[in-house]
Amino acid sequence: MTLKTDLNIADPDALYAALLAAHKGLSAEGSAALNAELILLLMNHVGDVGVIRAALDLARQGKV
Amino acid sequence: MPYDYKPFPYAAPPGLKHPEPRHKVVIVGAGPIGLAMALDLAGQGVASVLLDDNNVVSVGSRAICWSKRSLEILDRIGVGEQAVDMGVTWKVGRTYHRDEEVYSFDLLPEDGHKMPAFINLQQYHIEEMLVRRALEEPLVDLRFKNRVTAVDQAGDHVHVSIETPDGPYALTADYMIACDGAKSPIRSMMDLDFEGELFEERFLIADIEMTAEFPAERWFWFEPTFHPGQSALLHKQPDNIYRIDLQLGWDTDPDEERKPEKVIPRIRKVVGHDDFRLDWVSIYSFQCRRLARFVHGRVIFAGDSAHVVSPFGARGGNGGLQDVDALGWRLAAVVEGRAAPAILDDYDRERVHGADENILNSSRTTRFMTPADGAERRFRDAVLSLAGKTGFARAFVNGGRLSQPCVYPLPGAPDHPDLPEVSRPGAVAPDAPLGNGWLTEALGGRPVLLALGCAAPQIDGLDVVAPELTETLARRYLGAARQALYLVRPDQVVAARWVEADAGAIAAALGAIWGARA
Repeated sequence: MTLKTDLNIADPDALYAALLAAHKGLSAEGSAALNAELILLLMNHVGDVGVIRAALDLARQGKV
Repeated sequence: MPYDYKPFPYAAPPGLKHPEPRHKVVIVGAGPIGLAMALDLAGQGVASVLLDDNNVVSVGSRAICWSKRSLEILDRIGVGEQAVDMGVTWKVGRTYHRDEEVYSFDLLPEDGHKMPAFINLQQYHIEEMLVRRALEEPLVDLRFKNRVTAVDQAGDHVHVSIETPDGPYALTADYMIACDGAKSPIRSMMDLDFEGELFEERFLIADIEMTAEFPAERWFWFEPTFHPGQSALLHKQPDNIYRIDLQLGWDTDPDEERKPEKVIPRIRKVVGHDDFRLDWVSIYSFQCRRLARFVHGRVIFAGDSAHVVSPFGARGGNGGLQDVDALGWRLAAVVEGRAAPAILDDYDRERVHGADENILNSSRTTRFMTPADGAERRFRDAVLSLAGKTGFARAFVNGGRLSQPCVYPLPGAPDHPDLPEVSRPGAVAPDAPLGNGWLTEALGGRPVLLALGCAAPQIDGLDVVAPELTETLARRYLGAARQALYLVRPDQVVAARWVEADAGAIAAALGAIWGARA
């Protein structure tokens, strides 16, 4: 499998809102902890090492 | 019972009076690795001189977890059963976060092996067993209070300068093996440096004597309530001695933390009472580093002198014994002229591979245990948090990945896809019951052709072991096949295997063991 970079979600606005809602009211520290758990959960769900590595590479682009 | 450290006798070496004849092998350092090295060479019929600057076993428990593979190696040199009888046998490890168990492992889920997955036995007990065995072995010339002061390589030999209580002397040998530990003086004399990573973390390590009913298991805690924010490890040892490792943090003062008035309250919190006696305390920091190469002309490094790891994987002492395993039969063949010195490159390649595997695993454990601030800590904490609510995250919890024998890459080694993975070329031949004994007892020391379910072709210089097929042998060696031939090296590693083979193919694989290149 290759990493999907085209839209793969039925209602992106609603899901984006759900992501923000999950963070609502959390401290910066709490948000960071939520993100870390979320990444681990989704990484395990995806399971495909090639896809995850491609996502890591893409996300890392342009960061310092 | 605390251990009684009795000095071993020093005797004035013959070299003080007159030059000694050239020796085959001189080994520096009579710790577990040097002693095992001398005994393994003796098993191959090769005499060695074993020098140690001290005359007593190591102080404190130090290396305590001996793996199944180490026990098989110790068995070959005559102390394996004694070690198992004396040690605390265990195979289950439990990892806790705060006070909840998050992860456990069983290192030997199936039976049919002579040796258990692990025993806990203090390094001083192992050393004493090996010293006693060495003192009764005529091919081991064990010299206490002999400190090496200089090493010079000249053409076809090594020249060694030695200091004794009666003054200096010198000897020459075909080869030197440096088993002189993490701070190896030989390594310094040769201006060789480790490469790799240092970790900024400190641990307190203590042996305590107490009567308690802790099970024979490895217990590891992340952030326990008795030691907030840090990690802790508890191991049961013989003689009512328990080993406790406590993470201290990098900012602590080691001299201060070592004081009994600091140590005792910490231990009281771990065990929950005052009814114990402090036997030994030390402070250590981590390194995961190795020499670029282990063979330097006629000086060969083995054990901690060649590579060091953090302790949370029992990969120091066990890694060192696997060095012994990979070196003894090869060096014996070289000094007896049965193989070219180039065969020692195979030792270098295989054990560098083994050391890298140990360093990789130990570094990962260390990084998990002592994460850097920022992303490392966030993900570590996320794993621990998730481990309480999901199954998958428990596998990410890393309180140590325990030593397993590495599988050596043997590119081009004959293999067959029907045969099971567990006994593939490069792996240690798995044990199995054999009549009243064990398969590991029938293998090793010399190359063996293991014939299962078929007749073995006759090959010069190759012993055949052809046991009656059992269910265990079939499972570990045949898999989907009806029959198989396995060529097993002197270190009990599978060199090649076939479902069917003619004498020519087997002879070629045997030649490759001894360094013949196709």
